[in-house]
Amino acid sequence: MRNMKKISKTTKSNLITYGMVIALFLIMQTLVLTGNVSSLLQGLLIPLCAYIILAVSLNLTVGILGELSLGHAGFMCVGAFTSAFFSKCTAEAIPVAGVRYLIALLIGAAMAGLCGILIGIPVLRLKGDYLAIVTLAFGEIIKNVVNILFVGRDANGFHFSTKDSLSLGLEADGEVIINGPQGITGTPKDSTFLIGAILILVTLFIVLNLIHSRSGRAIMAIRDNRIAAESVGINITKYKLMAFSVSAALAGVAGVIYAHNLATLMAQPKNFGYNMSIMILVFVVLGGIGNIRGSVISAIVLTLLPELLRGLSDYRMLIYAVVLIVMMLFNWSPKAIEWREKRSVKLKRRKRKEA
Amino acid sequence: MALLEVKNLGISFGGLRAVNEFHLTIEKGCLHGLIGPNGAGKTTVFNLLTGVYKPDEGVILLDGENIVGKKTIDINKAGIARTFQNIRLFKDLSVKDNVKAGLHNHYRYSAVEGIFRLPKYFKMEKAMDERAMELLAVFGLDQEADTLASNLPYGKQRKLEITRALATKPKLLLLDEPAAGMNPNETQELMETIRFVRDEFDMTILLIEHDMKLVSGICENLTVLNFGEALCEGKASDVLNDPEVIKAYLGE
Repeated sequence: MRNMKKISKTTKSNLITYGMVIALFLIMQTLVLTGNVSSLLQGLLIPLCAYIILAVSLNLTVGILGELSLGHAGFMCVGAFTSAFFSKCTAEAIPVAGVRYLIALLIGAAMAGLCGILIGIPVLRLKGDYLAIVTLAFGEIIKNVVNILFVGRDANGFHFSTKDSLSLGLEADGEVIINGPQGITGTPKDSTFLIGAILILVTLFIVLNLIHSRSGRAIMAIRDNRIAAESVGINITKYKLMAFSVSAALAGVAGVIYAHNLATLMAQPKNFGYNMSIMILVFVVLGGIGNIRGSVISAIVLTLLPELLRGLSDYRMLIYAVVLIVMMLFNWSPKAIEWREKRSVKLKRRKRKEA
Repeated sequence: MALLEVKNLGISFGGLRAVNEFHLTIEKGCLHGLIGPNGAGKTTVFNLLTGVYKPDEGVILLDGENIVGKKTIDINKAGIARTFQNIRLFKDLSVKDNVKAGLHNHYRYSAVEGIFRLPKYFKMEKAMDERAMELLAVFGLDQEADTLASNLPYGKQRKLEITRALATKPKLLLLDEPAAGMNPNETQELMETIRFVRDEFDMTILLIEHDMKLVSGICENLTVLNFGEALCEGKASDVLNDPEVIKAYLGE
């Protein structure tokens, strides 16, 4: 009986998270259809879906695995460019948008996950904060590599260059696919708010179910005490690598959504750079490290807030900063934690009395 | 054949000879104590037995199989489980999940089966839950199954660590100062628990302890370690009356 209760407790918590995402999606969709949402805000909805997925996936690394990653935007960048490259190349060959998008998703996730494994194999064997340093460098390197990469296609096949588009030596019928700093232009805009919402649910499903399984327990055991985890026979490198590569692959999924929403996909500091990685980390920290639902909420609030406050013009960033501080205090100050615990105990008692 | 046979074990850290020509033989089902003054190298011996350190020389035979050079996780799979001097629980996991982490290698299903909740997930989780609750009940921790491990009182944290070690189905259980920081009542209870574990699980136990009451109360055989060398080995009552041992502990 106790077991049943425990299972339904985590299941209940998961269902609340899924339900929250579905409800928010329905509300926003209704508002959009009835014309109550500004075009600016409407344009923000699909990036928002990408940010939520990024926050949830980073929480898997930071909160569940307990390692710091400062290059999550780099994995997003890998997912975005590989999938956009694929979609642009096959825009005519695969006319059905749904099928093309699905394959693009798999490619984006696989490539980002592969990068995660390649980085993880050497770095996750080390103890300490090396992952933060290496991912920080990875994010910057990927962004810069994409900026000097020129890829073209003509009747003879693909041409690569790191100089400029002229040195590709394309024939007359050829087209430039990745044009260095100008990025990829003309990716089919296949991302929709509905697809974004579904992918959020899929991400949540994968992450939450992974956490509440044998593998998730092993990952959290390593986080809590590496030496003890080894002593009960848990393979440290395997489970660290598993968590990190799943996290990277999901960041790749976010990149696919992001890329298929833009007419021109460019790797700039603002979307794939250090600032973006830090912004995702801010979502995770303010939502509560290890708290998946918190990541979803804080990603929504912190993305929409600057836009909703646009009317207040000068005071906009001031209020944003105040909200950041208040959220941090509420989540992390010992007094606030104490107050919340007391409150939850009281609520439980009241419920028991009623029952 | 003895369950554990250690021959000529030695390790140096820089210029310090931490363990030297160490011999140890433990018969199956025996409760063996490892005692010695502070800094004698007792925990180092444990770390050598569990593969945390690699010995410079010597052999460790577990059931006749040499386990020197194996990794910690493989040594655990081979049948040695341990607890730690400073408690090392998975503090943000529930009591039950701590034990289930110990069951990791005995109830297997893949990550994919876990993510997509395939039938094997439910079957294995159910079996794990039952086994974990069984073990917790043995140690009187079943009421606290859903408590966070870090919220348990000290004595119960020690018990949970033993439970978690037993969950890995070891042949040999190593206890590193299980009574450290306990009051006389708790120590008494712990003695009964250790004896109970030996009888109930048919376990062979090697323990490090400073509490002489506990050592003389439950250990059948003792090995005394001093400056990394085995000073003497034998029946508990003989060893504790050995003048060499008294000298090592009390000085001349």
